[in-house]
Amino acid sequence: MHVVSLLLADSRFPGGAHIHSGGLEEAVARKLVTAERDLPGFLHGRLWTAGSPAACFAAASAHAAARSVHKGYWSRLDAELDARTPSFAQREASRAQGRGTARAGRVAWRSPVIADLLAVTARPHHPVITGALAGVAGGTPRDAALAVAYLAISGPASAAVRLLGFDPLTVNGMVAALGPELEAVADAAAAVAGVDPAELPGTGAPALDLLAEAHLRQHKEEVRLFAS
Amino acid sequence: MPANHGHGHVHPVNFDPTVSEPDRYQPSAAEGRAYRIGIGGPVGSGKTALVAALCRALGSELNLAVVTNDIYTTEDADFLRRAGVLDVDRIEAVQTGACPHTAIRDDITANLDAVERLEERFPGLELVIIESGGDNLTAVFSRGLADSQIFVVDVAGGDKVPRKGGPGVTTADLLVINKVDIAHLVGADLGVMTSDAHRMRGDLPVIAQSLVDTPDAPGVAAWVRKQLCP
Repeated sequence: MHVVSLLLADSRFPGGAHIHSGGLEEAVARKLVTAERDLPGFLHGRLWTAGSPAACFAAASAHAAARSVHKGYWSRLDAELDARTPSFAQREASRAQGRGTARAGRVAWRSPVIADLLAVTARPHHPVITGALAGVAGGTPRDAALAVAYLAISGPASAAVRLLGFDPLTVNGMVAALGPELEAVADAAAAVAGVDPAELPGTGAPALDLLAEAHLRQHKEEVRLFAS
Repeated sequence: MPANHGHGHVHPVNFDPTVSEPDRYQPSAAEGRAYRIGIGGPVGSGKTALVAALCRALGSELNLAVVTNDIYTTEDADFLRRAGVLDVDRIEAVQTGACPHTAIRDDITANLDAVERLEERFPGLELVIIESGGDNLTAVFSRGLADSQIFVVDVAGGDKVPRKGGPGVTTADLLVINKVDIAHLVGADLGVMTSDAHRMRGDLPVIAQSLVDTPDAPGVAAWVRKQLCP
């Protein structure tokens, strides 16, 4: 695994991920997650619904960045991920984190490829910019996919510790237990890294989409601590 | 260990943790953007009231806006709206994921986003005041977010607070001791507080104030003007 993946997956990476709970805050508010025993199921679901397609787009993006694709590719990848993200709130959360990742990534890994991607959209989707940064820094598509898949569960896991006071050692153990599944998601993503953007998988996550929409709506009435 | 300690060379910084020194770098805004002042301090010390006072004092002479980080962000935003000191459009509230210190120090993304939104909305913006969520004595603003910072404590929080130190008290560009009008009611010794503050901060300035006696915070407003036009 390339060191760029460690940097991108680190919770200390200053890309703005720490204010996103991946739907966990809304799930807590709705009492879908109340005890530690509820968390593994949430994380498992998030990995295979939201995490898996995100990993595929990260892998494709890393593959493309390493080959210095034409600008038009980034427009198509961006549009294809939009098309696979029916929830406005989810698209916003992805682009907010993408913009933050781009701001931090531009300083760390200067590249004309990243400049091309950001010329197409200043607020790229999180998996796309994360994959592109991994790609230009020398990481493989699988490295990018693994980092993004890991972030899909480490964010909500950390939010659970903050919101419900769960034992951080136990929660860390839950994330570690998902290790083999993370590897499987990364393998599957790496296998499709080279396909046309239109052919990338689009696993839906209706429950997370609804939680994200509810989170955004609820924030207008009663403040939520996380942005998503 | 003094900076020059007699063995033939000078250290760029003092490594003695008990010695406080002013920030060695002049506060300065990058070309072409608004000057950013961070206001931090414990819960209830009067950060939002100070922001409102600064808006009253400076709003007519400066193109300014506010970013608020409080946990219950809308409450602070509502306070400023009700105070009628600033257009609603000029206030941005950010969510901090239950970690207010992270949002102003370790990962400043959400705050930078808010500042950029304000700069896009108000071209020629001269000053952005960033109010942190109420936090502890170790919370300081990243220099990547704030060009200079004010730390606010109050007499009701206990007159031992300045003595406890911490980066907020020792390194902030300005320390404000708030609510001095109620010092006698809460049994706080203002003399002890200010002398401790000066002892902990060396040459860095300290202002003791009461927004009841002087609602426009003239001392702090004058300090802010000096930051903008050194």
